Amino acid sequence: MNKLKLAASVLALSAMSVPASAEEVKIGVISILEGAFAALGQDGIRGAELAVLEVGGEVDGNKVEVITMSSDASPDSAVNAARKLIEQDGVDMIVGPLSGSEGLALRDLSKSYPAVTFLNGSSAAQDTTLRDSSDNFFRFGGDGAQWMVGVGDYAYNDMGYKSVAVIAEDYSFPYTQVLGFMTEFCSAGGKVPEKFWTPIGNKDYSSVVYSIPQDVDAIFVALGGADAVNFLTQYSQAGGDKPIIGGSITIDQSILDSKGPFKKLLVGAPAGTPTVSDYDGEEWSAFSASYTEAFPDGFSAPSIFAHHYYMSAKAAMLALDAVDGDLSNDQAAFRAALTDLTFVTPTGGTMRLDKNRNGIVDNFVTEVYEREDGSLGNRVVKVVRDVDQLLGQDEATFLASGPVSRDNPSCP
Amino acid sequence: MTLFLIVTLNGLTLAALYFLAASGFSLIFGLMRTVNMAHGALLLLGGYVGYSIVDVTGSWGLGVLGGGLAAALAGALVQAGVLGWMQGDELRQTLASIAISIIMADLMLWYWGGLTYQVALPEALAGGQRLPILGVGYANIRLALMAFALATGLALWFLIQRTRFGAVIRAGVDDQDMLRALGYPIGRIFVLVFALGGMLAGMAGVVAASALSIAPGTDLQFLLSSLVVVIVGGMGSIGGAALGALLVGLAEQYGLAYAPTYGVVFTFAIMVLVLAVRPQGLLGKAEQ
Repeated sequence: MNKLKLAASVLALSAMSVPASAEEVKIGVISILEGAFAALGQDGIRGAELAVLEVGGEVDGNKVEVITMSSDASPDSAVNAARKLIEQDGVDMIVGPLSGSEGLALRDLSKSYPAVTFLNGSSAAQDTTLRDSSDNFFRFGGDGAQWMVGVGDYAYNDMGYKSVAVIAEDYSFPYTQVLGFMTEFCSAGGKVPEKFWTPIGNKDYSSVVYSIPQDVDAIFVALGGADAVNFLTQYSQAGGDKPIIGGSITIDQSILDSKGPFKKLLVGAPAGTPTVSDYDGEEWSAFSASYTEAFPDGFSAPSIFAHHYYMSAKAAMLALDAVDGDLSNDQAAFRAALTDLTFVTPTGGTMRLDKNRNGIVDNFVTEVYEREDGSLGNRVVKVVRDVDQLLGQDEATFLASGPVSRDNPSCP
Repeated sequence: MTLFLIVTLNGLTLAALYFLAASGFSLIFGLMRTVNMAHGALLLLGGYVGYSIVDVTGSWGLGVLGGGLAAALAGALVQAGVLGWMQGDELRQTLASIAISIIMADLMLWYWGGLTYQVALPEALAGGQRLPILGVGYANIRLALMAFALATGLALWFLIQRTRFGAVIRAGVDDQDMLRALGYPIGRIFVLVFALGGMLAGMAGVVAASALSIAPGTDLQFLLSSLVVVIVGGMGSIGGAALGALLVGLAEQYGLAYAPTYGVVFTFAIMVLVLAVRPQGLLGKAEQ
């Protein structure tokens, strides 16, 4: 009888150990699925799902489960979404969020959940990783300043703009974008006499339109989604004819796919971006094709959001594979693998992290052009490889210039 | 000086849009004491339907009319199908209308997606006008917007002050029970007023989609501005809605031009001031 009991318990033990060797890895994805950013946020989710689809939904026999949560672009909504994913769904890692200030909030939150790994989505505020970084927060992508590298230089030297007015939304991401643009533009000798910071979600820009100084050569517009559409429309209706320089999300494919007569203004506009829908690189074509195949109802090409969520989720899949799915010991091995990871990105560069766990990335200077069917696309003017967060400057000088804000940098 | 005048003009045109959006909201509240939180959703629905109609037919006028009618129908359905069942229970109505607005917003997101839409303007409205004296370009659509709001305001005034239907509405505002006792089918009148309010919202939606743009979230923006406008102007008064819209529109534009970062504060400062000094609104009647 005792033997039987023993045999039964051995059997039970071995039965229990089977699922233990093939654990389920849960990934929480946070993106904005409501309000003005809903279409963009949806594309972010597609990117993360694509990375999981590519490995067939499992890594080394560990099934990967994706759980999505929506935030609404506000920091506290991102924190709530992350708490729900961690405490109720028990996720092992989080991919997200989408928007700048949300990223800062999750960076802070990550310090209270040392057992969970945070992989940034597309949020691109500078200080998410530069100052006060967190050991378990990784960004496999650039910040808003890295995304503008090449543009200030191009605007001053190639387009010949000496003086540029800035219109941008009033929060961390556009501050960072303006920094990226002005760092190059000002050191080349350009002037930025005025900056207009408008509330996010502003509808009526007409008074800003009339406040733009008449003697500037161009306008740098760092507005996203409906805000960009509204500004550009009202600017063109008021007879505005200054050339436009675009921020990274001002001329994203989702904006170019929007409906309305405002789009004529954008043809020929240069911009800085890490993601070009029409890029003809080999890796990008393959990425774009698999995106279109997996999501026939998606955009005509992956947006900046799909691209960045994809890179973060892909990094997680690669690191998981490197450690054979071992997430024990507070994911120490997994994080070491993430830190040392290098892989080829969809834009053909080599993704790797700096010491603050921020990506060293490729960046593009692009130009909007009209395709043969009348729709708009971006084409590449130049590619800048290996852009780091310090924009090529030495660390002490860069940090000494202080955190970005409405008034920093300045070159009136 | 030029900037000041231009900004004032911008304030007036924005006020025109806010008036169009808020008048229906105020009308419904005046008669039924219903705070219709689905008003923004009706506006957005009108805007989307208007866009689709203009896209197919190419006629802007038809788009405005169609958007208005679609929102009128939706408004009538909301009153006849849901809010009518809880007449007199204002809190429940308010909560139910919030639920309706969320459901409508999600359905619209599902059907039209999250893209930003702009209604294509007819030739006459598309360009800009060189303003005399000021010597700067100004968008035709914004000038037309003021004319449109003025015409709508006058038509509304005529309807309410000079027609039999208007007399019934006014009687209903003053004494609903008496109106019912006199044998007027108050339920049907409520549905009609809701349709009228929806119509105004829907047309405002198409106009907003032409002058500015619409996207998910526009519903809440206009609901909020309508709320502020009627709180400042006085619930249930068309003149109050006009005055409130003027104040809010001007405050917003001056704020945007002279203190862009804190522009939003001006609007709410006005609201706080009005609530502190004259809680029934500038032209509102005090509750007995």
